Parts: sequence; C-alpha cells; structure tokens
Amino acid sequence: MRRLIAVFTIALFLTAGIVCGASAAVINGAGATFPYPLYARWSFDYAKTTGLKLNYQSIGSGGGIKQIRSKTVDFGASDAPLTARELAEYGLIQFPMAIGGVVPVVNIKGVTAGQLKLTPSALAGIYLGEITRWNDKRIAEINPGLGLPDEAITVVHRSDGSGTTWIFTNYLAKVSKGWEKKAGFGTSVSWPAGVGGKGNEGVATYVKRMPNTIGYVEFAYALQNKLVHVKLENRGKKFIEPTAASFAAAGQGADWKGTPGFSVILTDQPGKDAWPIAGATFILVYKNPDDCVSAKSVLDFFDWSYKNGAASARALDYVAIPKNVYDIMEESWAKEIKCGGKPLWKM
Amino acid sequence: MEFSGRHKSARFDDALFKGVTFFFALLVVLLMVFIFIILLKESMPAIRQFGLGFLYTNEWDPVQQRFGALSAVYGTVVSSIIAIVIAVPVSLGIAVFLTEMAPKRLRVPVGTAIELLASIPSIIYGMWGLFVFAPFLAEHVEPLLIRYLGFLPLFRGTPLGIGMLPAGFILAIMIIPFISSVTRDIFLMVPPMLKESGYGMGATKWEVIKNIVIPFARSGILGAVILGLGRALGETMAVTFVIGNSHSISASLIDPATTISATLANEFTEAVEDIYLSGLVELGLLLFFITFVALALAKLMISRFSYKGERIG
Repeated sequence: MRRLIAVFTIALFLTAGIVCGASAAVINGAGATFPYPLYARWSFDYAKTTGLKLNYQSIGSGGGIKQIRSKTVDFGASDAPLTARELAEYGLIQFPMAIGGVVPVVNIKGVTAGQLKLTPSALAGIYLGEITRWNDKRIAEINPGLGLPDEAITVVHRSDGSGTTWIFTNYLAKVSKGWEKKAGFGTSVSWPAGVGGKGNEGVATYVKRMPNTIGYVEFAYALQNKLVHVKLENRGKKFIEPTAASFAAAGQGADWKGTPGFSVILTDQPGKDAWPIAGATFILVYKNPDDCVSAKSVLDFFDWSYKNGAASARALDYVAIPKNVYDIMEESWAKEIKCGGKPLWKM
Repeated sequence: MEFSGRHKSARFDDALFKGVTFFFALLVVLLMVFIFIILLKESMPAIRQFGLGFLYTNEWDPVQQRFGALSAVYGTVVSSIIAIVIAVPVSLGIAVFLTEMAPKRLRVPVGTAIELLASIPSIIYGMWGLFVFAPFLAEHVEPLLIRYLGFLPLFRGTPLGIGMLPAGFILAIMIIPFISSVTRDIFLMVPPMLKESGYGMGATKWEVIKNIVIPFARSGILGAVILGLGRALGETMAVTFVIGNSHSISASLIDPATTISATLANEFTEAVEDIYLSGLVELGLLLFFITFVALALAKLMISRFSYKGERIG
C-alpha cells in the first residue's frame, strides 16, 4: 500500500512537470566549463524571481556544440566562437555572455604577484621550449633587478581540451610566427614542451606545488588559489596587470558590429589598457527553433542576466558584456531568430 | 504417480535453471562482442586515414588532425611494467608474512587493512598521489635518483614528482592489495601435510616457502599478477593525475608521459572533429587488444607453469 502511494506521488509530480512544461519550467543548456559558476549563480537568482529553472551541464565547449547540434538542449555554450560559416551551416546564432581573461602564473622563489614582466615573444619562447631557464637573457633584460634563478623552466599546460587553451594558444599564434607554425591554436594542441594538468584546478595545483613552473589559468582560479600572476606586454607596448578592468578594456576595443556572427576574438586587442589574453564566452541558439516556448525562455533568461547580472558577475571575477554590445546583440535577436516566420524577440 | 509428477516438474526446473544461467553467461560474451564491434566501427575512419602508421607514429596533433598512438601505448605498457616490477615482490612478501610468519592475532587485522586498500576509489589515489606523494618524490626521492643513478638515461631531468615513474609507483600501490590478498588465499590452500613433511625433513622456513609453498602456488600467483596487470593497464584517474599527460616518449622515467586511458579521460569531452574522436576510439580498441593479449599470454603461462606435483625441492 505504501508503495502504491509512492508510485502515485511520483506520477503526480511527473504530470505536474509535464503540465508546467508548457511554459518551460526548466531550460536546458550544456557547454563550456569556464562560465559555469556564473550561469549557476544567475540561474539561482533568476529562479528566485521568476520560478524558472535553468539546468546547465558544464561538459566542455566541444560537448556543448555537439549537444546543441543534436538538439538535446535548448542552448549550447562555447568559449571559442564558431565562425560565421559554421553558424550558417548549423543554422545557429551566437552571442557573447561574459568576458574573462587567461592569466600566465608562475612559481619562482622570491617572485610575488605582478613582479615578473613578460613580453609576448618571451612567453611564446617559453612555451615553445626555446627559452628553458629563468635567467635567460630574453627574460632577464625585461626584468632588471628581479634576480631570477638559474633554474630550468617547467612549462605547465592543460591536458584536457579546453576553451581556456583555445584562448591562450590563439594569443600565442597571433604574437609568434614560430608558435603558429609549430603548434597552431585549438582547444587542445600538440604542445612542444611541458607537463599537462587536468582542468584549471590541475594546472593551478601543478604550478602551486612545483617550483620554477609557469602555467596559464582562468583569472578566477589564479585569484582563488593565490597564484603569482605575471604582467604581460600588450600591443600598446604597455605592461598590463590582469584585472576585470583590463579584460573589459579588451572587450570594448573589439569590433562587435562589423564581425559577422559576433565571432569576435578578444586576444591581442589594440586598446591601450587591454589585457592581451582575454576572451568572451558564447551562447548558441537556433535561428529557427523547433520549440519556440523554450527558445523564448532562453532569451528571457539571458536578457534578464544582461540587465541584472552584472553585479554577481563582478563578484565572481567575470566581466559582464558592455551595454553597447548588448544593444547590438538584442538587435540581432529581433532580426534573426524567427518562429514560424515571425520574430521571436521584440525589442 | 505423485512422485513422477514431482520428478517431471523438477526436471523442468532444472532445464529452466540451466537456460537462465546459460543466458547470463552468454550475456557477457555478447557484451564483449558488441563492445568490440562498436569500437571497431567507430574507429574505422581513423583506421582508414592513418592505417598502420597509427601504431608506430608518435604525432598527436589535434590542430592538424594527425594522430599516432605510439606515445600512449608506450606509456601504458611501461607504467604497468614499473608497477608490476615493484608490486610483485612486495605482494609476495606480504602474503608470505601473513600466512607463514605473522602471529595469529596480527593476521586478521593486517589482512583486512590490505583488503580495505583495494576498495579505495582510484580518484583518491590520484589526489593523494598529486598532493602528497608527488611532492615527496620531487623533494626526497627523485633528486637522489638523479644524483646517484643519473649516469643512466633512465634517471635524467627535472625532479617534478610528476611523470612515468610516479605513475608506476601509484599503480604499484593500487595493485599490491589485489595481488597480495589473492596470493595469501592461495598460500592458505597449500596442503599443510606438504609443509609439515618439509619441516619434518629438517627444512628451514625459507626452504619450505621457496621449495614447497611458492611452487605449489605458482599458477595462482601468476593469476594474481595478471589481475593486477589488468588493473594497471586500464587505470585512468590516478594515472591522469600524476603522469604529466605529455604525448612524448622519453628515455627518462622522470619525464612526463601519457597512457591510453589518461588520453581518453583528458581529451574525449572536447574532441569535436570526427577524425579526432575516431582516433580516440581507436586508442580504446588498442587498449582492448593489449589487455586481451596480456590475458591470453597469462592463460598460456598458467597452463604451462601450473603445479603438477612432479618436482618439489
């Protein structure tokens, strides 16, 4: 009897779920791990005000692209933007949700955060395995008086495929011909040197544990693990400290309007205070969705997040999308996303 | 009448029972065949594109979409060999101690502790390896190896505590409980009469163990070692944490390397391109083959070495 009651209760809940489904009680998304804490926070706040739940699986950008293409989720998320051609081929549109930065971190005895300065060519040289000792002339001459040790450099990179790696290698390929030829850029590449750690936390642990290492992590991980970041020279020949402001500067200088499909890559941006290894994280949705109710809910959620989520983004060390970019974005929603021939989003 | 009816239904029960158990046994075989077929089917694109070159090239370049399995296969085999070389003598020692030497009140607690070790999830070993064992190796063990054995190419490089040797160590620690508890059980099965006869003839403990216990248990020990080897070959998380995940082949055991299962764990989620995914599946197929060959060899050896009672001492 007790079992019977249990079965009925479950059945009741299930039907309740289906009935509410008409107004999309849950929206499903999958993809990049980098923005996961942010989306989780937004979804929590959003559920409190609207009762609408967001279920986000942080399975990686590649997985997110795969899932949205097979239509098992309502939106996909990726750290690497799809090209305009790919978007057209799959019938998707993408829009940036947040900006973050990738930060080189080091563990050298006596060197504290922001003390070590690196030029793009020095960073590329280290990752190419051409600069192998910390007291190499090419590092020492930009860091007079720092007293770098005569020790071998251990390079740490990601062992798993990752949007963080995509942003980092994209930067290296832009600033170094040698890197472009030897390794190129992608979510995982053929590393010329070093050891691989799994995930941001893997790289952070290696750098923290092993002396004379250099690695790269998402900014939030550098902060949380109290890692020693470096100052990096940007295109304006200025050594930049990684901060939310310098990431935002990279976002502001970019040509959002003129780039088809918002495939804007924020590495090596021209702004004079721009951090050179910044990147946006993107959301992917269908232009002509099958399920218009869910599609509208997805847009509602992100619209709410653009408007109300900036503070919680800052608290988690992310940078919200600038207002001018958001306006362009909304315009594209209204123009491009259609349901039964009618625009789904009204401005 | 009643009796024969009962008999009939009992016969039917038997047939049913036989059918059900046969079905269960068949299930395993079918599962194996299905896994093999799926692996083969999914890896066809990679097999077609790279051919045999996949087996002997070392390039692993997701950007250029060129893949070769050599470094992963090499890492899998070498890390497992290191593990076996360390684990077998230690496990034999444990088993001998527990069955022949230990005072009675120590046997149960020590034996239970070893069995508990076997039930620790591998991710725990991985984290322990990364946070505790790797720094210890980097500070205390590897510098000594480099200093005193550095004339061998096996021990050159930077002492990171991350690499082939640490992975082998962790694997050894993980398989010791398996090998030692199975070996202990086999030692316990050695007929006491044989041992008593040995002692009666004035043999020392060492002689009894060397000439009676170990020869008697030979095939069982081999079986235990294979069990351990099987686990070492396929172990994923613990290795991923400490091996350094570098697609390179280095003569030095201190340098980072990678294994098949570590590569799969690392790269599956972001392998978007079809040929990349197919290459990873082909790696899985290779692991399937390696494990199969290891098991087959072991079966062969067990049947050749098994104790037939022809010569003792």
